[in-house]
Amino acid sequence: MSFKDILDSGKFAVTAEIGPPKGTDIKEMYHHIEVLKGKIDVANVTDNQSAVMRISSLAVCKIVLDNGMEPVLQMTCRDRNRIGLQADLLGASVLGIHNVLCLTGDHVNAGDHKQAKSVYDVESVQLLKIVEGMNNGKDMSGNDMKGGTNFYAGAVVTPEANPLEPQLVKFEKKVKAGAKFFQTQAIYDMEKFKSFMAYARKFPVKMLAGIVVLKSAGMANFMNKNVPGITVPQDLIDELKAAGKEKALETGINIAARHIKMLKDEKICDGVHIMAIGMEDKVPMIMEKAGLL
Amino acid sequence: MITGEQKPFDEIWNMVKDYKKVLVFGCNTCVAICHAGGGKEAEILASLLRMRAAQEGKTIEINHAAVERHCEPEFFQSVMDNVRKYDLVLSTACGVGVNLLSEHIGDVPVFPAINTEFFGAVPRAGEFTEFCAGCGNCILHLTGGICPIARCSKSLLNGPCGGTNNGSCEVSPDIKCAWVLIYDRMKQLNKLDQMKEINDAKDWSKAQGPRNFKVKLLEEIKK
Repeated sequence: MSFKDILDSGKFAVTAEIGPPKGTDIKEMYHHIEVLKGKIDVANVTDNQSAVMRISSLAVCKIVLDNGMEPVLQMTCRDRNRIGLQADLLGASVLGIHNVLCLTGDHVNAGDHKQAKSVYDVESVQLLKIVEGMNNGKDMSGNDMKGGTNFYAGAVVTPEANPLEPQLVKFEKKVKAGAKFFQTQAIYDMEKFKSFMAYARKFPVKMLAGIVVLKSAGMANFMNKNVPGITVPQDLIDELKAAGKEKALETGINIAARHIKMLKDEKICDGVHIMAIGMEDKVPMIMEKAGLL
Repeated sequence: MITGEQKPFDEIWNMVKDYKKVLVFGCNTCVAICHAGGGKEAEILASLLRMRAAQEGKTIEINHAAVERHCEPEFFQSVMDNVRKYDLVLSTACGVGVNLLSEHIGDVPVFPAINTEFFGAVPRAGEFTEFCAGCGNCILHLTGGICPIARCSKSLLNGPCGGTNNGSCEVSPDIKCAWVLIYDRMKQLNKLDQMKEINDAKDWSKAQGPRNFKVKLLEEIKK
């Protein structure tokens, strides 16, 4: 079943990230693919995540596909202009990659090539429109193409952005521009997420809640201070603290599993997107604890 | 106005140290306002270079001068005979001035003493902020008079990215998120509906150089 079919079927979908490495040694990445295969529904391949140079998302999507998993091509607008983006979309399409997540992309300032020239010729909303056009056989300039694409396009949203209103204006534009599925920034406050979903349910899109496992109270505090749009509530920080250093990770995994179970059981959203960030090995355990395996 | 900042002194010294007769040539318009390249700054720079030359045991004749503008030939033509007597002109004008002077000076090199930066406003004395990117296709009527091309780190056209952070930009807490400013302004103007319209991809061909234009009316008169 394709990712679209899975979401349309009403099955609670699970996606996880595969982060391409820096360098040609892909043994560890292969291991992650093996661990996740047969467990998650699709693997979401990041695109020079955090503006750190790595193997291209497109190449790793092909590896994921060849290894029996359906990939989602993450595509940011930071490193390629409209010609490069469209060329890679066509390339992905002929390689059998048919899911694309359209992102603006972290600023080069966040990464390891801070002196790079950012592109941002187009941005996420416009990229979604480009994909829609290519699905209809036209390039961005309106030229007919010999064979169109068939992408299932998605985008991201930050339910706890501060301030929220401008973020929601953009969310609605993304829907209008053709996004069919969304994955969110990491969420931790279920009540707040429920109220976001009460709003988001008005739109004909599938929503995957972003899950990032908390490894410690320190990590939670760090994210609260440094990561825009992420708020870990104090009661979760207290829970991690009370667990002590030894059991903090286990507690973080339990929190993630608890949240996923709640999201599924209460039918709050259509699935989850697990950003393991180096803990891909733990994803099956989280899914098991959440009652998904 | 065009803003600029003086280059690090060592970089300037390395440009001039092997020349014998150097003119530090200031421009009294834009770069004078940002205290980087006016007559006064040219004079100070010349004297710092003389001190450095003395310290290093180099014999260099270093003088200074300034004109009102380096971006139009009529402002410097009258002094060019004197300017050409030097074997290096160290210009404290913006890059436009360095280019134009180079076209007119003949076989004397013109080096830049400042880094030309941006079109800026002066919100407070001594502070300069980029407000316009000179992109050739103004959309300020759509964004409440706040330019996302110049003031958003990613020049986004349809709203804030996920890096918007309590009104600041992910790049730096000192940069205000242009799209939060635009949202607030559009709300104030009761034009939020307009903000919900998708802005199509920009025609960047108008932002890319080399650019030039001629005033149509003057062309007609010439004919």
